[in-house]
Amino acid sequence: MNLVHIENLTVRHGGLTALHGVNLDLRAGEIVTVVGPNGSGKSTLLKSIIGALKPTSGKVNRKPGLRIGYVPQKLHIDPTLPLTVRRFLSLPKRVSNSQAAEALEQAGAGHLDKQQMNSLSGGQFQRVLLARALLCKPELLILDEATQGLDQPGSAAFYQQIEDVRRNLGCGVLMVSHELHVVMAASDRVICMNGHICCEGEPEHVATAPEYRALFGTGTQGALALYRHEHNHSHDQGCDHDNHLRDAAAE
Amino acid sequence: MSLLDNFLARAALAGIGVSLAAAPLGCFVIWRRMAYFGDATAHAAILGVALSLAFSTSIFAGVLVVSLVIALLITQLSGRGYAMDTLLGVLAHSALAFGLVAVSFLQGIRIDLTGYLFGDILAVGKTDLAVIWASAVLVLVLLSWRWSALMTATLNPDLAHAAGIDPRREQLVLTVALALVVAVAIKVVGALLIGALLIIPAASARALAPTPERMALVATGLAMTAALAGLQASYSFDTPTGPTIVCVAAALFAVTNLGVSIRAAFRKRTAP
Repeated sequence: MNLVHIENLTVRHGGLTALHGVNLDLRAGEIVTVVGPNGSGKSTLLKSIIGALKPTSGKVNRKPGLRIGYVPQKLHIDPTLPLTVRRFLSLPKRVSNSQAAEALEQAGAGHLDKQQMNSLSGGQFQRVLLARALLCKPELLILDEATQGLDQPGSAAFYQQIEDVRRNLGCGVLMVSHELHVVMAASDRVICMNGHICCEGEPEHVATAPEYRALFGTGTQGALALYRHEHNHSHDQGCDHDNHLRDAAAE
Repeated sequence: MSLLDNFLARAALAGIGVSLAAAPLGCFVIWRRMAYFGDATAHAAILGVALSLAFSTSIFAGVLVVSLVIALLITQLSGRGYAMDTLLGVLAHSALAFGLVAVSFLQGIRIDLTGYLFGDILAVGKTDLAVIWASAVLVLVLLSWRWSALMTATLNPDLAHAAGIDPRREQLVLTVALALVVAVAIKVVGALLIGALLIIPAASARALAPTPERMALVATGLAMTAALAGLQASYSFDTPTGPTIVCVAAALFAVTNLGVSIRAAFRKRTAP
């Protein structure tokens, strides 16, 4: 059974149509990435899935009792609120010390448990958010531009962590990102949005689709290939240009 | 002679009761940046006083109903084109003004308005005490029952949604608790200073606590200290009790913050 089944979803707020006619199914064990320009309805889609926004029409069906691990785009913690990492992990459900330690380890944020949330660096903060999302043993992990503010090696490492989590937990992953090249390469399926779903499919398919190119231009394709190369360590002919780029980036 | 026959003992118990409810609630008020919200609800309480005198109902009931209505009105109107502080400024001061005007219409009843603006803790009767403690216990039960959900919703509404918590329901819990605290605190510190009782102990506790729970506990301790020391001071120096309690709370705020700064500076100096 699908984790989430979305049928003909339309969401309006404040007289504006943020989303229209969206059909989408999310399955266990699949990493799905949503890309699209600002204001294309990506966050609206995520908010509809977690139930924070009600559909104007259409439906969003979640598997009954679906456990969602949610990593928000940014989390502002008021300076008047003292909050250790350990305490944060016990929200909303109290977890044992060993569970907390395990989740931090899984998210690559071990040994941070005694720190105050507001004293963490950007990368540490995102990893702690991920650790908290893992603690509910999510069937669906949702990340909303989770690598905002991370540098490129940082976000590449973060997405590597997501792949590990998917492999270990077998959960479905839905993420929104601006970092097209890194994200697309880490995904099984890419959904390109602009108020509706323009095109979707495997990363290679979407990257060459005319709808995608109309939105993002052709520039990202080289970067995508570049990333693939780093991953597969394949050096076939005709990619000298990309390899050259990679070397330049590494310097 | 029982303890409750002594007016000072009743005043002390009233102060402790209100502190028990106001301090932890005050923590949420500052975490959620609702400080002005608390003030608005409290100022509206004067309208509640006027209405309950006009209809000869209990002051507690009148204030509770009006505070609740104003708080719910603010919640409903927020996010409809006006910034929250503008909305609160309009509603709080209008409610206070309407309350003051309404009181002037009450002919044949001579009331001492200062008693409601600044509180009259020394006049707390046994029934008042019962109402204060019942409300305090109710607020504490409400807060501890919803604690985890409240914390999650306070951090981030979307985080709450994803965990199956409705942030609006949690907001309602806080609104009801706030109206209850306002309705009982008006007797102790008065409508104009209720905000102080909510915010100052919580703000003082911030510097001393590593977790939200610890902050709520420390705030409660500080609020009780302020209530008892303020009562004592007002008795010794013959000053108005409500404002004296708030003065002690403010002094505690200064002391805790100064203490923390000095300790930090000292650590910096002795650090290798």
